[in-house]
Amino acid sequence: MGFVRMLKYLEEGLLFVNKKKQKNFLILVPWGRGWRVAVKPRYGEPLRTLVMTVFLCVGILAPSPITAAELLVGRPALPAEIAAWDIDARPDGKGLPPGQGNVKQGETLYLERCAACHGEFGEGAGRWPELAGGAGTLAHDRPFKTVGSYWPHATTAFDYIRRAMPFGQAQSLQADEIYALVAFILNLNDIVKDDFVASQDNLATIKMPNAAGFYDDDRETAERGFWVANPCMTDCKPPARITGHAGAIDVTPDSKTAPKME
Amino acid sequence: MSNSSPPDRHRLGRRALVAAAATTLAMPATAATPDPAITTLPDWSQILGDGVQAHPYGVPSPFEKHVIRRDVEWLTAGQQSSVNFTPLHALDGTITPNGLCFERHHGGVAAVDPDQHRLMIHGMMAKPVVLTMQDLKRLPRMNRIYFLECAANSGMEWRGAQLNGAQFTHGMIHNVQYTGVSLRSVFETLGIDPRAKWVMAEGADAAGLNRSIPLAKAMDDCMLAFAMNGEALRPEQGYPLRLVVPGWQGNMWVKWLRRLKIGDAPWETREETSKYTDLLADGRARRSTFVMDAKSVITSPSPQTAASPRGRMVISGIAWSGRGSVTRVDVSLDGGRNWQAARIDGPVQSLALVRFYVDLDWNGQEMLLQSRAQDSTGYLQPSKPDLRKIRGVNSIYHNNGIQTWLLRGDGVCENVEVS
Ligand code: HEC
Repeated sequence: MGFVRMLKYLEEGLLFVNKKKQKNFLILVPWGRGWRVAVKPRYGEPLRTLVMTVFLCVGILAPSPITAAELLVGRPALPAEIAAWDIDARPDGKGLPPGQGNVKQGETLYLERCAACHGEFGEGAGRWPELAGGAGTLAHDRPFKTVGSYWPHATTAFDYIRRAMPFGQAQSLQADEIYALVAFILNLNDIVKDDFVASQDNLATIKMPNAAGFYDDDRETAERGFWVANPCMTDCKPPARITGHAGAIDVTPDSKTAPKME
Repeated sequence: MSNSSPPDRHRLGRRALVAAAATTLAMPATAATPDPAITTLPDWSQILGDGVQAHPYGVPSPFEKHVIRRDVEWLTAGQQSSVNFTPLHALDGTITPNGLCFERHHGGVAAVDPDQHRLMIHGMMAKPVVLTMQDLKRLPRMNRIYFLECAANSGMEWRGAQLNGAQFTHGMIHNVQYTGVSLRSVFETLGIDPRAKWVMAEGADAAGLNRSIPLAKAMDDCMLAFAMNGEALRPEQGYPLRLVVPGWQGNMWVKWLRRLKIGDAPWETREETSKYTDLLADGRARRSTFVMDAKSVITSPSPQTAASPRGRMVISGIAWSGRGSVTRVDVSLDGGRNWQAARIDGPVQSLALVRFYVDLDWNGQEMLLQSRAQDSTGYLQPSKPDLRKIRGVNSIYHNNGIQTWLLRGDGVCENVEVS
């Protein structure tokens, strides 16, 4: 019934405007939260709307309400997309892909794709990182931290090589190749025997020599003395003596004695 | 657009250069001869300067061309896994200009096309999602100023004074305003499994850098940031998207962020085991040392600044803490025997850098300049000897000990160690 009434008014409006023989006599104008039909004003004329349209036309002519789907930001990730990016592996073995590789295969690959930087025996070429050695040096004056001497988990080597190595050709290795490389690096560090085969099933079970060498941040207890209610302001210690000069070592860029790199 | 003549030679006549050189020297209290900087009209007062579009993206004055990030070549094997340093000695105020924020990359700067960039959030949650940059920019935004310090800042100084300059000893820090969205609000709309405890953040760079972040921190104050100091992130700071982890070590602020995976245990990635663990003297190592302790440094005078003249002097420095706000900074002129409160000027905000000053009259006597910060938890920046008693010298990370500059009689500073 409302619709019929609307048409009636619309008709009257048409007749009304027609008398004036105006072209494009009706226009839509925004009105409150909806729209109204108005008589197209001539230049300088006030806008005259046709009363009838407001609530009748809202359903037909106003922008449709925002849907729930439009309010969602982002979209569901597809299984194939997750699979393409889901490359992480955890110490409990979660995330390790199916596959396996042995020490021998790892050695071949390593010599081809890693040794140029990390050295034939993981000793590191030039200033590139070492991957082997250093067992028992962690409490020494010059500790030597490597996968073998320092890393708590073998799975971390898998996760890291898979995402970042070879340096400059990241994510170019297949799962079997990464297992083989990890097997070889563990073998270089005397952690597994020559006939070892690394796989999805056993990598999380490898006992790394320094697995127990880490503990959670304890600064708030071990360093409690650094929390001080009233900092000392005067005569806090004997007169200060200079015990070292950077100038004596001078490795600062621009200094005459700083090491020069090629 | 002007025809691009090299900016530093552009219309700088010989007279202008002479005048400029004269004014960089400190003015004597009385003048015997008239100052040519006054009596000679410089070119810039006579000839028209550059038009508006000479530099569609503005650059500093050519006279500031020494104010740049610097690296230390012997530190790393190459440039792609390397670091450079913020020129702290030449900056003032609290905000670091975008182009001077230090860089640390593990696989070079990823050149990411923002239209091709995606953020995937998955793991222990009802519905894994993919977001575009446009999606992220349709979420409610926030602006926050935070410092970012690399855990290895001052790491070369554990065994003693080594590098002669605040840029090199302390320059792995910057402080900018981030614009982005709250990670908590994103997680809340996605519905995280209540048993989840950790989030792994992963970059889209050639290092695929990944770090585990406690979910509690993610739900507290982390941000997904796409702008710094009002403009899009710089490529070297993670354009188009980086994680902001306020007060915590810079390595966790994953750049070029492409993935967040929700889990129930930390991943113990290479960056949180092989690196960013603190080896102590007994051969055991602290892990998960995320928070950056309170720290400060005098940036001027310091070894890279011009010789200080006798008379009036401004000591200027910065202080910060990953545990809260800086509540006080003290300065010592005698190597830590006596202290005076410094004046903090500018904004004081939690987990952001503050600027402090001491204004003094210097009689030319040698001084051992130090600063020490205290934060809102009462933590007082320790001396280097006190810090080494606990952390040894092999930790690499978390060296927040008090820095000493020796200001010599000739007004030049040197990095020294004191008892
Ligand atoms: C072009 C030189 C280069 C090549 C080739 C290379 N790497 Fe690396 N590797 C590096 C650099 C540089 C780093 C350190 C990157 C960083 O700073 O984050 C590294 C780090 C590592 C680490 C971590 C070391 C540690 O103690 O944290 C492992 C493990 C590793 N590489 C394994 C490999 C393997 C396996 C290959 C061969 C598939 C390989 N790399 C090929 C340069 C190279």
